Amino acid sequence: MLQAVKAPAKQRFKLGRIGWSLVSLLALVALWEVAALIAQSRYLPGPWTVVEVMIREAKAGELWTNIAATLIRVAFSFVIAMFIGAAIGLALGRFQGADRFFDSWLIFFLNLPALVIIVLCYIWFGLTEVAAITAVAVNKIPNVAVTMREGARNLSRDLEEMAHVYRFGWWKTLRHVTVPQLAPFFAAAARSGLALVWKIVLVVEAFGRSEGVGYQLNIAFQLFDVPMILAYALAFIVVVQIIEMAILQPLMARANKWRR
Amino acid sequence: MAALTHPLCVRIDKKIFPAVGGRKQNLVLEGIAFDVEPGSFVVITGPSGCGKSTMLNIIAGLDEDYEGTINFGVDAAPRVAFVFQTPRLLPWRTVYENIALVLPEGDPRLANIPELLERVGLTSAAAAYPEMISLGMQRRVALARAFVLEPQFLLMDEPFVSLDDPTAQALRELLVKLWSSRPTTVLFVTHDRAESVMLATRILRLSDGSASIAQDVAVPLSVADRTDRAKVLAEQHRIFGDG
Repeated sequence: MLQAVKAPAKQRFKLGRIGWSLVSLLALVALWEVAALIAQSRYLPGPWTVVEVMIREAKAGELWTNIAATLIRVAFSFVIAMFIGAAIGLALGRFQGADRFFDSWLIFFLNLPALVIIVLCYIWFGLTEVAAITAVAVNKIPNVAVTMREGARNLSRDLEEMAHVYRFGWWKTLRHVTVPQLAPFFAAAARSGLALVWKIVLVVEAFGRSEGVGYQLNIAFQLFDVPMILAYALAFIVVVQIIEMAILQPLMARANKWRR
Repeated sequence: MAALTHPLCVRIDKKIFPAVGGRKQNLVLEGIAFDVEPGSFVVITGPSGCGKSTMLNIIAGLDEDYEGTINFGVDAAPRVAFVFQTPRLLPWRTVYENIALVLPEGDPRLANIPELLERVGLTSAAAAYPEMISLGMQRRVALARAFVLEPQFLLMDEPFVSLDDPTAQALRELLVKLWSSRPTTVLFVTHDRAESVMLATRILRLSDGSASIAQDVAVPLSVADRTDRAKVLAEQHRIFGDG
């Protein structure tokens, strides 16, 4: 009885939420349209002009090759940053001595501006793909390390003892005891990481690559081609949202199904 | 596996909790020496804070910072199961998985899990996650996890605390049944006197002040006597002088 009453209420709320975001997005587009009409400037094109540019670029194939180039860089630097950052964070969370020693290094790298890392990487390693991906990864690693260190510090002593008494061995302990405890921290690092990485990749591309969304934006900037800038920005936002909804959110839902 | 022939020898000369923060260092256990005959059910009792749990942790190998020796009297590493004060289940694994995980993959004992779940009344909860069932049910999962191992040594640290009386009583009877049906040596920590008399073949009472054993008595009750309230009460009166 209670279930029957509760279920539709939940559904209504969900529909309402999607409805609200649709309404608010439409309002944003309308506001943009009005602003463009008032400004009547080639530096503030309306939504339709931007969509036309997007379609043109997509048909020419430019949009896809550039987005693909950027996504590959995002994927590489994301995976590298997650892997190295997690390893460092876990080591610091487990070994107090290492944590005490390296804590100030971590703070140093956390506060090192992204631009400095990018410029130095290009100077030291040349205008290469390796330099580009290294620069992005180095920017992200400290963030991942800090989050994972928190996860490692919060590992349950109780469950560790249980695994020890019942002779789980290292593999079983890792798979069934340690990794599930770290999963929420890893997921948090991954989500904030993706948002950060793709923004930095664009900067890296603008500085020293000859394809990719960032490179294209830099060209458009030199020509003051605002419709092009907005077209690429919008296309990329859509792609990142799809990755978030199609990959990250289902993974999170699956990892959290045991929660009350 | 063959029944044990040698006793478990516990020698804890000294166990100290080092000074932390503003607290002085604390001598928890001193001069503890006793042997446990194979197949006996030893209850360790005493006021809270007297070092009962610490002793169990040392015997289980969870605390290695002490002076003394623990000798299980077996050549290979003994099969030990531990039922903790809290259930300590993996919240991200189902009830069934929590029990199955203590066994190696493909172990023949996996086939006993359904029957065991039936005996602790958890058949319908096999696929549930621990956070979705009650504390009493979680404790029963922890018991089933210990039993499925068919341990040589079963260590239990107040496993029935904070359960309602009928549930606790039913679980105690189940424990006696399982213990008497298989050669298992049990070390059981509790501060509940009636519980200790009902379960034990031998009671070790730790004293509060001196951190050592104050009393070591046998409980000569048969398995049938243990479910007889009057006999348990009489025995309790004899041992503790109350009831």
